[in-house]
Amino acid sequence: MSVLVDHFDVFVGGFWLTFQLCILSAVGALALGALVAVMRISPVPPLRWIGTAYVTVFRNSPLTIVWFFAAFGLPALDSNADFLRIPGLSSIFSRLGIDLPYFRFAVIALSLYTAAFVCEAIRSGINAVPPGQAEAARAIGLTFGQNLRYVVLPQAWKSAVVPLGSVIIAMIKNSALAGFFGVVGELSNSAQNLTSALGEPIIPVFVGVSIGYLVMTVPLGILLDRIEQRRAVAAR
Amino acid sequence: MRITRVAAVAAVAALAFTVAACGGDDGDDTGTGAGSKTFEAGTTMERLNKAQKIIIGTKFDQPGFGLKGLDNKPAGFDVEIGKIIAGELGIAADKVEYIETPSAVREEVLEQGKADIVVATYTINDKRKERIDFAGPYYVAGQHIMVRSDDSSITGPDSFKAGDKKVCSVQGSTPGDNIKKYLANPASPGAQLVLFDGYQKCVDALTNKQVDAVTTDNVILLGYVAKSEGKFKLAGEKFTEEPYGIGVKKGDTAFREFINATLEKIYADGRYAKAWQDTAGKFDSTVPQGPAVNRY
Repeated sequence: MSVLVDHFDVFVGGFWLTFQLCILSAVGALALGALVAVMRISPVPPLRWIGTAYVTVFRNSPLTIVWFFAAFGLPALDSNADFLRIPGLSSIFSRLGIDLPYFRFAVIALSLYTAAFVCEAIRSGINAVPPGQAEAARAIGLTFGQNLRYVVLPQAWKSAVVPLGSVIIAMIKNSALAGFFGVVGELSNSAQNLTSALGEPIIPVFVGVSIGYLVMTVPLGILLDRIEQRRAVAAR
Repeated sequence: MRITRVAAVAAVAALAFTVAACGGDDGDDTGTGAGSKTFEAGTTMERLNKAQKIIIGTKFDQPGFGLKGLDNKPAGFDVEIGKIIAGELGIAADKVEYIETPSAVREEVLEQGKADIVVATYTINDKRKERIDFAGPYYVAGQHIMVRSDDSSITGPDSFKAGDKKVCSVQGSTPGDNIKKYLANPASPGAQLVLFDGYQKCVDALTNKQVDAVTTDNVILLGYVAKSEGKFKLAGEKFTEEPYGIGVKKGDTAFREFINATLEKIYADGRYAKAWQDTAGKFDSTVPQGPAVNRY
Protein backbone atom coordinates (compact mmCIF):
# COMPACT_ATOMS: atom_id res chain seq x y z
CA MET A 1 0.00 0.00 0.00
CA SER A 2 3.06 2.28 0.00
CA VAL A 3 2.02 3.57 -3.41
CA LEU A 4 -0.78 5.52 -1.69
CA VAL A 5 1.83 7.41 0.33
CA ASP A 6 4.54 7.66 -2.34
CA HIS A 7 2.21 8.96 -5.00
CA PHE A 8 -0.23 10.80 -2.78
CA ASP A 9 0.16 13.92 -4.94
CA VAL A 10 -0.94 11.98 -8.03
CA PHE A 11 -4.12 10.82 -6.32
CA VAL A 12 -4.86 14.31 -4.97
CA GLY A 13 -4.23 15.86 -8.39
CA GLY A 14 -6.50 13.30 -10.03
CA PHE A 15 -9.15 13.87 -7.41
CA TRP A 16 -9.20 17.63 -7.96
CA LEU A 17 -9.41 17.32 -11.71
CA THR A 18 -12.28 14.82 -11.50
CA PHE A 19 -13.94 17.07 -8.91
CA GLN A 20 -13.70 20.10 -11.22
CA LEU A 21 -15.05 18.10 -14.12
CA CYS A 22 -17.98 16.91 -11.99
CA ILE A 23 -18.84 20.38 -10.64
CA LEU A 24 -18.92 21.88 -14.13
CA SER A 25 -20.81 18.96 -15.65
CA ALA A 26 -23.32 18.88 -12.80
CA VAL A 27 -24.07 22.58 -13.26
CA GLY A 28 -24.35 22.09 -17.03
CA ALA A 29 -26.54 19.00 -16.68
CA LEU A 30 -28.88 20.57 -14.09
CA ALA A 31 -29.36 23.73 -16.15
CA LEU A 32 -29.84 21.95 -19.45
CA GLY A 33 -31.98 19.20 -17.86
CA ALA A 34 -34.31 21.77 -16.23
CA LEU A 35 -34.65 23.53 -19.57
CA VAL A 36 -35.49 20.30 -21.38
CA ALA A 37 -37.99 19.35 -18.64
CA VAL A 38 -39.76 22.68 -19.05
CA MET A 39 -39.78 22.12 -22.83
CA ARG A 40 -41.36 18.71 -22.37
CA ILE A 41 -44.30 20.12 -20.39
CA SER A 42 -44.61 23.36 -22.35
CA PRO A 43 -47.92 24.21 -24.07
CA VAL A 44 -46.07 24.75 -27.40
CA PRO A 45 -46.03 21.46 -29.35
CA PRO A 46 -42.71 21.95 -31.26
CA LEU A 47 -40.89 22.60 -27.97
CA ARG A 48 -42.41 19.42 -26.53
CA TRP A 49 -41.23 17.50 -29.60
CA ILE A 50 -37.68 18.83 -29.27
CA GLY A 51 -37.62 18.00 -25.56
CA THR A 52 -38.90 14.47 -26.15
CA ALA A 53 -36.46 13.91 -29.00
CA TYR A 54 -33.57 15.08 -26.83
CA VAL A 55 -34.42 12.70 -24.01
CA THR A 56 -35.02 9.83 -26.43
CA VAL A 57 -31.62 10.27 -28.06
CA PHE A 58 -29.43 10.95 -25.04
CA ARG A 59 -31.10 8.67 -22.52
CA ASN A 60 -30.91 5.73 -24.91
CA SER A 61 -27.35 6.12 -26.24
CA PRO A 62 -24.38 4.67 -24.39
CA LEU A 63 -22.28 7.35 -22.72
CA THR A 64 -19.19 6.15 -24.58
CA ILE A 65 -20.88 6.91 -27.90
CA VAL A 66 -22.00 10.38 -26.77
CA TRP A 67 -18.48 11.05 -25.53
CA PHE A 68 -16.94 9.78 -28.71
CA PHE A 69 -19.03 12.18 -30.77
CA ALA A 70 -18.07 15.03 -28.47
CA ALA A 71 -14.34 14.29 -28.53
CA PHE A 72 -13.95 13.26 -32.18
CA GLY A 73 -17.11 14.56 -33.85
CA LEU A 74 -16.74 18.19 -32.75
CA PRO A 75 -13.13 18.43 -34.06
CA ALA A 76 -14.33 17.02 -37.38
CA LEU A 77 -16.85 19.88 -37.45
CA ASP A 78 -13.95 22.28 -36.82
CA SER A 79 -15.01 23.11 -33.28
CA ASN A 80 -12.75 23.13 -30.25
CA ALA A 81 -15.66 24.03 -27.97
CA ASP A 82 -14.12 27.46 -27.46
CA PHE A 83 -17.46 28.86 -26.27
CA LEU A 84 -16.71 27.16 -22.92
CA ARG A 85 -13.59 29.27 -22.41
CA ILE A 86 -15.59 31.62 -20.18
CA PRO A 87 -13.11 34.25 -18.89
CA GLY A 88 -13.83 34.30 -15.13
CA LEU A 89 -14.63 30.59 -14.93
CA SER A 90 -11.48 29.43 -16.70
CA SER A 91 -9.31 31.20 -14.13
CA ILE A 92 -10.85 28.98 -11.41
CA PHE A 93 -11.11 25.82 -13.52
CA SER A 94 -7.79 26.21 -15.31
CA ARG A 95 -8.32 23.22 -17.63
CA LEU A 96 -11.32 24.95 -19.17
CA GLY A 97 -9.21 27.67 -20.76
CA ILE A 98 -6.23 25.76 -22.20
CA ASP A 99 -5.62 25.08 -25.88
CA LEU A 100 -6.21 21.36 -25.58
CA PRO A 101 -9.98 20.99 -25.88
CA TYR A 102 -10.51 17.54 -24.32
CA PHE A 103 -11.53 18.80 -20.89
CA ARG A 104 -14.18 20.99 -22.53
CA PHE A 105 -15.34 18.03 -24.64
CA ALA A 106 -15.64 16.01 -21.43
CA VAL A 107 -17.83 18.69 -19.81
CA ILE A 108 -20.02 18.77 -22.92
CA ALA A 109 -20.38 14.98 -23.16
CA LEU A 110 -21.18 14.50 -19.46
CA SER A 111 -23.60 17.46 -19.39
CA LEU A 112 -25.51 16.38 -22.51
CA TYR A 113 -25.82 12.79 -21.38
CA THR A 114 -26.73 13.52 -17.75
CA ALA A 115 -29.19 16.27 -18.74
CA ALA A 116 -31.55 13.65 -20.19
CA PHE A 117 -31.73 11.90 -16.81
CA VAL A 118 -31.98 15.19 -14.94
CA CYS A 119 -34.91 16.14 -17.17
CA GLU A 120 -36.77 12.94 -16.33
CA ALA A 121 -36.07 13.30 -12.59
CA ILE A 122 -37.46 16.84 -12.63
CA ARG A 123 -40.45 15.77 -14.69
CA SER A 124 -41.26 13.03 -12.22
CA GLY A 125 -41.19 15.73 -9.53
CA ILE A 126 -43.52 17.91 -11.58
CA ASN A 127 -45.92 15.00 -12.05
CA ALA A 128 -46.00 14.53 -8.29
CA VAL A 129 -47.46 18.00 -7.81
CA PRO A 130 -51.27 17.63 -7.60
CA PRO A 131 -52.85 18.92 -10.85
CA GLY A 132 -55.11 21.16 -8.78
CA GLN A 133 -52.11 23.35 -7.94
CA ALA A 134 -51.38 24.22 -11.56
CA GLU A 135 -55.07 24.60 -12.34
CA ALA A 136 -55.57 26.97 -9.42
CA ALA A 137 -52.53 28.99 -10.50
CA ARG A 138 -53.93 29.26 -14.00
CA ALA A 139 -57.33 30.22 -12.59
CA ILE A 140 -55.90 33.22 -10.76
CA GLY A 141 -54.35 34.37 -14.05
CA LEU A 142 -50.68 33.37 -13.77
CA THR A 143 -48.87 32.87 -17.07
CA PHE A 144 -47.15 29.54 -17.87
CA GLY A 145 -43.80 30.97 -16.77
CA GLN A 146 -45.17 32.40 -13.50
CA ASN A 147 -47.07 29.19 -12.88
CA LEU A 148 -43.85 27.16 -13.14
CA ARG A 149 -41.72 29.59 -11.22
CA TYR A 150 -43.98 30.32 -8.24
CA VAL A 151 -46.25 27.28 -7.96
CA VAL A 152 -45.16 24.10 -9.74
CA LEU A 153 -41.34 24.02 -9.68
CA PRO A 154 -40.89 24.90 -5.96
CA GLN A 155 -43.15 21.95 -5.08
CA ALA A 156 -41.70 19.68 -7.77
CA TRP A 157 -38.19 20.37 -6.51
CA LYS A 158 -39.01 18.77 -3.14
CA SER A 159 -39.83 15.39 -4.56
CA ALA A 160 -37.21 15.60 -7.35
CA VAL A 161 -34.19 16.34 -5.19
CA VAL A 162 -33.44 12.77 -4.13
CA PRO A 163 -33.68 11.22 -7.63
CA LEU A 164 -31.63 14.19 -8.89
CA GLY A 165 -28.95 13.37 -6.35
CA SER A 166 -28.82 9.79 -7.60
CA VAL A 167 -28.39 11.07 -11.14
CA ILE A 168 -25.48 13.26 -10.05
CA ILE A 169 -23.85 10.38 -8.15
CA ALA A 170 -24.12 8.27 -11.29
CA MET A 171 -22.56 11.13 -13.24
CA ILE A 172 -19.58 11.33 -10.88
CA LYS A 173 -18.92 7.64 -11.46
CA ASN A 174 -19.42 8.05 -15.22
CA SER A 175 -16.72 10.72 -15.24
CA ALA A 176 -14.18 7.89 -14.97
CA LEU A 177 -14.46 7.59 -18.75
CA ALA A 178 -12.76 10.97 -19.20
CA GLY A 179 -9.31 9.43 -19.15
CA PHE A 180 -10.11 7.43 -22.27
CA PHE A 181 -11.00 10.59 -24.15
CA GLY A 182 -7.87 12.61 -23.65
CA VAL A 183 -8.35 14.19 -20.20
CA VAL A 184 -4.88 13.64 -18.74
CA GLY A 185 -4.50 13.43 -14.98
CA GLU A 186 -8.12 12.61 -14.14
CA LEU A 187 -8.51 10.18 -11.21
CA SER A 188 -8.91 6.89 -13.12
CA ASN A 189 -6.42 7.94 -15.77
CA SER A 190 -3.71 8.69 -13.18
CA ALA A 191 -4.26 5.18 -11.84
CA GLN A 192 -3.59 3.70 -15.22
CA ASN A 193 -0.47 5.79 -15.52
CA LEU A 194 0.77 4.56 -12.14
CA THR A 195 0.16 0.89 -12.93
CA SER A 196 1.53 0.66 -16.42
CA ALA A 197 4.09 3.40 -17.04
CA LEU A 198 5.47 3.29 -13.50
CA GLY A 199 4.67 -0.39 -12.89
CA GLU A 200 2.95 0.05 -9.53
CA PRO A 201 0.84 -2.90 -8.31
CA ILE A 202 -2.75 -2.69 -9.46
CA ILE A 203 -4.81 -3.41 -6.36
CA PRO A 204 -3.46 -0.69 -4.02
CA VAL A 205 -3.71 1.86 -6.83
CA PHE A 206 -7.34 1.05 -7.45
CA VAL A 207 -8.05 1.10 -3.71
CA GLY A 208 -6.73 4.67 -3.82
CA VAL A 209 -8.91 5.50 -6.81
CA SER A 210 -12.00 4.07 -5.11
CA ILE A 211 -11.33 6.21 -2.04
CA GLY A 212 -11.14 9.23 -4.33
CA TYR A 213 -14.59 8.54 -5.77
CA LEU A 214 -16.10 7.65 -2.39
CA VAL A 215 -14.91 10.97 -0.97
CA MET A 216 -17.12 12.64 -3.56
CA THR A 217 -20.13 10.33 -3.62
CA VAL A 218 -20.60 9.27 0.02
CA PRO A 219 -21.05 12.82 1.44
CA LEU A 220 -23.49 13.54 -1.38
CA GLY A 221 -25.44 10.38 -0.50
CA ILE A 222 -25.51 11.31 3.21
CA LEU A 223 -26.71 14.80 2.31
CA LEU A 224 -29.55 13.29 0.28
CA ASP A 225 -30.57 11.07 3.19
CA ARG A 226 -30.69 14.13 5.45
CA ILE A 227 -32.88 16.02 3.00
CA GLU A 228 -35.21 13.07 2.76
CA GLN A 229 -35.51 12.72 6.55
CA ARG A 230 -36.17 16.41 6.99
CA ARG A 231 -38.86 16.26 4.37
CA ALA A 232 -40.45 13.25 6.04
CA VAL A 233 -40.58 15.23 9.31
CA ALA A 234 -42.09 18.23 7.53
CA ALA A 235 -44.73 16.08 5.90
CA ARG A 236 -45.87 14.59 9.17
CA MET B 1 -6.47 -66.38 -53.68
CA ARG B 2 -5.41 -66.32 -50.12
CA ILE B 3 -1.80 -65.75 -51.13
CA THR B 4 -2.71 -62.82 -53.37
CA ARG B 5 -4.66 -61.24 -50.53
CA VAL B 6 -1.71 -61.56 -48.19
CA ALA B 7 0.53 -60.13 -50.88
CA ALA B 8 -1.84 -57.26 -51.41
CA VAL B 9 -1.96 -56.49 -47.72
CA ALA B 10 1.81 -56.64 -47.58
CA ALA B 11 2.09 -54.35 -50.59
CA VAL B 12 -0.34 -51.84 -49.08
CA ALA B 13 1.49 -52.01 -45.77
CA ALA B 14 4.80 -51.45 -47.50
CA LEU B 15 3.35 -48.50 -49.38
CA ALA B 16 1.85 -47.05 -46.24
CA PHE B 17 5.18 -47.44 -44.49
CA THR B 18 6.97 -45.58 -47.28
CA VAL B 19 4.40 -42.78 -47.17
CA ALA B 20 4.65 -42.62 -43.40
CA ALA B 21 8.42 -42.48 -43.68
CA CYS B 22 8.11 -39.60 -46.12
CA GLY B 23 5.74 -37.88 -43.70
CA GLY B 24 8.25 -38.42 -40.98
CA ASP B 25 10.94 -36.75 -43.05
CA ASP B 26 8.70 -33.76 -43.67
CA GLY B 27 8.05 -33.51 -39.98
CA ASP B 28 11.76 -33.34 -39.29
CA ASP B 29 12.20 -30.59 -41.87
CA THR B 30 9.68 -28.21 -40.35
CA GLY B 31 10.35 -29.44 -36.83
CA THR B 32 6.76 -29.24 -35.69
CA GLY B 33 4.41 -31.65 -33.98
CA ALA B 34 4.34 -32.99 -30.45
CA GLY B 35 7.58 -34.65 -29.50
CA SER B 36 9.38 -33.39 -32.62
CA LYS B 37 11.72 -31.60 -30.27
CA THR B 38 12.63 -32.69 -26.81
CA PHE B 39 12.91 -30.40 -23.88
CA GLU B 40 13.77 -30.96 -20.28
CA ALA B 41 10.76 -32.13 -18.31
CA GLY B 42 8.94 -29.50 -16.29
CA THR B 43 10.04 -26.53 -18.37
CA THR B 44 7.71 -24.12 -20.12
CA MET B 45 9.20 -25.26 -23.44
CA GLU B 46 8.15 -28.84 -22.76
CA ARG B 47 4.67 -27.81 -21.68
CA LEU B 48 4.09 -25.71 -24.80
CA ASN B 49 5.52 -28.37 -27.08
CA LYS B 50 3.31 -31.04 -25.53
CA ALA B 51 0.23 -28.81 -25.77
CA GLN B 52 1.10 -27.89 -29.37
CA LYS B 53 -0.27 -24.46 -28.69
CA ILE B 54 1.19 -21.11 -27.73
CA ILE B 55 -0.61 -17.86 -26.96
CA ILE B 56 1.29 -14.79 -28.09
CA GLY B 57 0.31 -11.30 -27.00
CA THR B 58 0.96 -8.67 -29.62
CA LYS B 59 -0.36 -5.34 -30.81
CA PHE B 60 -3.16 -5.32 -33.37
CA ASP B 61 -2.85 -1.67 -34.36
CA GLN B 62 0.81 -1.14 -35.22
CA PRO B 63 1.73 -1.19 -38.89
CA GLY B 64 5.01 -3.02 -39.47
CA PHE B 65 5.08 -4.71 -36.04
CA GLY B 66 1.66 -6.08 -35.26
CA LEU B 67 -1.33 -5.10 -37.36
CA LYS B 68 -4.50 -7.12 -37.67
CA GLY B 69 -5.87 -6.81 -41.17
CA LEU B 70 -9.18 -7.73 -42.75
CA ASP B 71 -8.05 -11.35 -43.05
CA ASN B 72 -8.19 -11.42 -39.22
CA LYS B 73 -4.53 -12.41 -38.89
CA PRO B 74 -2.04 -10.10 -37.25
CA ALA B 75 1.09 -9.46 -39.33
CA GLY B 76 4.35 -7.67 -38.68
CA PHE B 77 7.86 -7.97 -37.32
CA ASP B 78 6.72 -8.85 -33.79
CA VAL B 79 4.40 -11.51 -35.20
CA GLU B 80 7.24 -12.99 -37.28
CA ILE B 81 9.54 -13.12 -34.24
CA GLY B 82 6.72 -14.84 -32.35
CA LYS B 83 6.28 -17.39 -35.13
CA ILE B 84 10.00 -18.16 -35.18
CA ILE B 85 10.01 -18.77 -31.42
CA ALA B 86 6.93 -20.97 -31.77
CA GLY B 87 8.70 -22.86 -34.58
CA GLU B 88 11.73 -23.42 -32.37
CA LEU B 89 9.37 -24.85 -29.76
CA GLY B 90 8.07 -27.29 -32.38
CA ILE B 91 4.75 -25.53 -32.84
CA ALA B 92 3.47 -24.88 -36.38
CA ALA B 93 2.63 -21.29 -37.34
CA ASP B 94 -1.07 -22.12 -37.69
CA LYS B 95 -1.22 -23.39 -34.08
CA VAL B 96 -0.21 -20.02 -32.70
CA GLU B 97 -3.00 -18.07 -31.05
CA TYR B 98 -2.71 -14.28 -30.91
CA ILE B 99 -4.34 -12.03 -28.36
CA GLU B 100 -4.32 -8.26 -28.45
CA THR B 101 -2.15 -6.67 -25.77
CA PRO B 102 -2.32 -2.86 -25.77
CA SER B 103 0.44 -1.13 -23.81
CA ALA B 104 -1.50 -0.95 -20.55
CA VAL B 105 -2.29 -4.67 -20.12
CA ARG B 106 0.97 -6.34 -21.10
CA GLU B 107 2.20 -7.15 -17.59
CA GLU B 108 -1.24 -8.35 -16.54
CA VAL B 109 -1.68 -10.93 -19.30
CA LEU B 110 1.69 -12.48 -18.42
CA GLU B 111 1.03 -12.45 -14.67
CA GLN B 112 -2.37 -14.05 -15.15
CA GLY B 113 -1.09 -16.57 -17.69
CA LYS B 114 -3.37 -15.33 -20.46
CA ALA B 115 -0.38 -15.20 -22.80
CA ASP B 116 2.76 -17.33 -22.85
CA ILE B 117 4.93 -14.60 -24.36
CA VAL B 118 4.32 -10.96 -25.20
CA VAL B 119 6.00 -9.56 -28.29
CA ALA B 120 4.39 -6.15 -28.55
CA THR B 121 6.88 -3.27 -29.10
CA TYR B 122 7.63 -3.83 -25.44
CA THR B 123 10.36 -1.57 -24.03
CA ILE B 124 12.59 -3.21 -21.44
CA ASN B 125 12.79 -1.20 -18.20
CA ASP B 126 13.54 -1.90 -14.57
CA LYS B 127 10.08 -1.09 -13.28
CA ARG B 128 8.53 -3.66 -15.61
CA LYS B 129 11.19 -6.21 -14.68
CA GLU B 130 9.73 -6.19 -11.16
CA ARG B 131 6.56 -7.77 -12.52
CA ILE B 132 7.72 -9.82 -15.50
CA ASP B 133 10.98 -10.91 -17.13
CA PHE B 134 12.36 -9.90 -20.51
CA ALA B 135 14.24 -11.92 -23.10
CA GLY B 136 16.09 -9.94 -25.73
CA PRO B 137 16.28 -7.15 -26.75
CA TYR B 138 15.60 -8.11 -30.33
CA TYR B 139 15.37 -4.55 -31.64
CA VAL B 140 16.37 -1.09 -30.44
CA ALA B 141 13.83 1.57 -31.27
CA GLY B 142 13.92 5.19 -30.23
CA GLN B 143 11.39 7.83 -29.41
CA HIS B 144 10.66 10.19 -32.28
CA ILE B 145 8.16 12.96 -33.09
CA MET B 146 5.67 12.98 -35.95
CA VAL B 147 4.18 16.27 -37.19
CA ARG B 148 2.03 17.47 -40.07
CA SER B 149 4.10 17.84 -43.23
CA ASP B 150 3.47 21.59 -43.50
CA ASP B 151 4.69 22.23 -39.95
CA SER B 152 8.37 23.14 -39.57
CA SER B 153 8.12 24.75 -36.12
CA ILE B 154 8.86 21.51 -34.24
CA THR B 155 12.45 20.33 -34.59
CA GLY B 156 12.82 18.01 -31.59
CA PRO B 157 11.57 17.43 -28.06
CA ASP B 158 12.91 20.82 -26.92
CA SER B 159 10.30 22.52 -29.10
CA PHE B 160 7.72 21.67 -26.43
CA LYS B 161 9.56 23.68 -23.73
CA ALA B 162 7.95 26.96 -24.79
CA GLY B 163 4.58 25.55 -23.80
CA ASP B 164 2.54 26.43 -26.89
CA LYS B 165 2.90 23.10 -28.73
CA LYS B 166 0.63 20.19 -27.88
CA VAL B 167 1.60 16.56 -28.12
CA CYS B 168 -0.24 13.25 -28.07
CA SER B 169 0.84 9.80 -26.95
CA VAL B 170 -0.61 6.60 -25.52
CA GLN B 171 -1.64 5.87 -21.93
CA GLY B 172 0.74 3.82 -19.87
CA SER B 173 3.47 3.85 -22.50
CA THR B 174 7.12 4.75 -21.91
CA PRO B 175 7.20 7.54 -24.53
CA GLY B 176 4.07 9.08 -23.03
CA ASP B 177 5.79 9.28 -19.67
CA ASN B 178 9.12 10.29 -21.15
CA ILE B 179 7.86 13.34 -23.05
CA LYS B 180 6.63 14.94 -19.81
CA LYS B 181 10.08 16.20 -18.88
CA TYR B 182 10.28 18.21 -22.12
CA LEU B 183 7.06 20.09 -21.40
CA ALA B 184 6.90 23.62 -20.01
CA ASN B 185 5.37 22.33 -16.77
CA PRO B 186 6.27 18.66 -16.20
CA ALA B 187 4.39 18.51 -12.88
CA SER B 188 1.02 19.17 -14.49
CA PRO B 189 1.34 17.95 -18.07
CA GLY B 190 -2.38 18.24 -18.84
CA ALA B 191 -2.01 21.59 -20.59
CA GLN B 192 0.18 20.19 -23.35
CA LEU B 193 -0.16 16.43 -23.30
CA VAL B 194 -3.04 14.22 -24.40
CA LEU B 195 -3.03 10.48 -23.81
CA PHE B 196 -5.34 8.10 -25.64
CA ASP B 197 -5.70 4.34 -25.55
CA GLY B 198 -4.49 3.85 -29.12
CA TYR B 199 -2.27 5.65 -31.62
CA GLN B 200 -5.01 6.00 -34.24
CA LYS B 201 -6.85 8.47 -31.97
CA CYS B 202 -3.64 10.51 -31.72
CA VAL B 203 -3.32 10.47 -35.50
CA ASP B 204 -6.93 11.74 -35.78
CA ALA B 205 -6.18 14.51 -33.29
CA LEU B 206 -3.08 15.44 -35.32
CA THR B 207 -5.09 15.52 -38.55
CA ASN B 208 -7.79 17.71 -36.98
CA LYS B 209 -5.12 19.97 -35.39
CA GLN B 210 -6.11 19.43 -31.75
CA VAL B 211 -2.45 18.51 -31.26
CA ASP B 212 0.72 19.52 -33.11
CA ALA B 213 2.70 16.31 -32.72
CA VAL B 214 2.46 12.62 -31.92
CA THR B 215 5.36 11.05 -30.09
CA THR B 216 6.29 7.43 -29.59
CA ASP B 217 8.83 4.92 -30.87
CA ASN B 218 10.16 5.62 -34.37
CA VAL B 219 9.00 2.36 -35.95
CA ILE B 220 5.41 2.93 -34.95
CA LEU B 221 5.50 6.46 -36.35
CA LEU B 222 7.20 5.26 -39.56
CA GLY B 223 4.20 3.03 -40.17
CA TYR B 224 1.83 5.98 -39.89
CA VAL B 225 4.05 8.21 -42.03
CA ALA B 226 4.06 5.52 -44.73
CA LYS B 227 0.26 5.17 -44.56
CA SER B 228 -0.46 8.92 -44.52
CA GLU B 229 0.47 9.58 -48.18
CA GLY B 230 2.57 12.62 -47.41
CA LYS B 231 0.36 14.19 -44.75
CA PHE B 232 2.81 13.52 -41.91
CA LYS B 233 6.58 13.53 -41.48
CA LEU B 234 9.10 12.83 -38.74
CA ALA B 235 10.70 15.88 -37.09
CA GLY B 236 14.34 15.87 -35.97
CA GLU B 237 16.22 12.81 -34.74
CA LYS B 238 15.19 10.00 -32.43
CA PHE B 239 16.08 11.08 -28.92
CA THR B 240 15.98 7.93 -26.80
CA GLU B 241 16.99 4.29 -27.01
CA GLU B 242 14.16 1.87 -26.40
CA PRO B 243 15.25 -1.76 -26.41
CA TYR B 244 12.30 -3.98 -27.31
CA GLY B 245 12.17 -7.23 -25.34
CA ILE B 246 10.00 -10.32 -25.25
CA GLY B 247 7.98 -10.53 -22.08
CA VAL B 248 7.76 -13.85 -20.22
CA LYS B 249 6.37 -14.77 -16.82
CA LYS B 250 8.45 -13.51 -13.90
CA GLY B 251 11.05 -16.00 -12.79
CA ASP B 252 10.88 -18.35 -15.79
CA THR B 253 14.63 -18.22 -16.38
CA ALA B 254 14.85 -21.40 -18.46
CA PHE B 255 12.27 -20.12 -20.94
CA ARG B 256 13.95 -16.73 -21.10
CA GLU B 257 17.30 -18.35 -21.82
CA PHE B 258 15.68 -20.47 -24.53
CA ILE B 259 14.31 -17.36 -26.25
CA ASN B 260 17.66 -15.56 -25.90
CA ALA B 261 19.44 -18.50 -27.54
CA THR B 262 16.81 -18.57 -30.29
CA LEU B 263 17.37 -14.88 -30.97
CA GLU B 264 21.13 -15.36 -31.27
CA LYS B 265 20.52 -18.26 -33.61
CA ILE B 266 18.26 -16.29 -35.94
CA TYR B 267 20.59 -13.26 -35.97
CA ALA B 268 23.24 -15.61 -37.39
CA ASP B 269 21.21 -17.69 -39.85
CA GLY B 270 19.46 -14.78 -41.62
CA ARG B 271 15.92 -15.50 -40.45
CA TYR B 272 15.99 -12.28 -38.40
CA ALA B 273 16.91 -10.15 -41.43
CA LYS B 274 14.25 -11.87 -43.53
CA ALA B 275 11.57 -11.29 -40.90
CA TRP B 276 12.48 -7.59 -40.94
CA GLN B 277 12.47 -7.26 -44.73
CA ASP B 278 9.08 -8.98 -45.02
CA THR B 279 7.44 -6.67 -42.50
CA ALA B 280 8.79 -3.44 -40.99
CA GLY B 281 11.41 -3.29 -43.75
CA LYS B 282 8.72 -1.93 -46.02
CA PHE B 283 8.81 1.33 -44.05
CA ASP B 284 12.48 1.30 -43.07
CA SER B 285 14.70 -0.56 -45.53
CA THR B 286 17.86 -0.54 -43.36
CA VAL B 287 17.96 -4.01 -41.84
CA PRO B 288 18.87 -3.59 -38.16
CA GLN B 289 21.79 -5.43 -36.60
CA GLY B 290 20.39 -7.83 -34.03
CA PRO B 291 21.26 -6.18 -30.69
CA ALA B 292 23.20 -8.21 -28.14
CA VAL B 293 20.80 -10.04 -25.86
CA ASN B 294 20.90 -9.05 -22.21
CA ARG B 295 21.10 -12.00 -19.82
CA TYR B 296 20.50 -10.04 -16.63
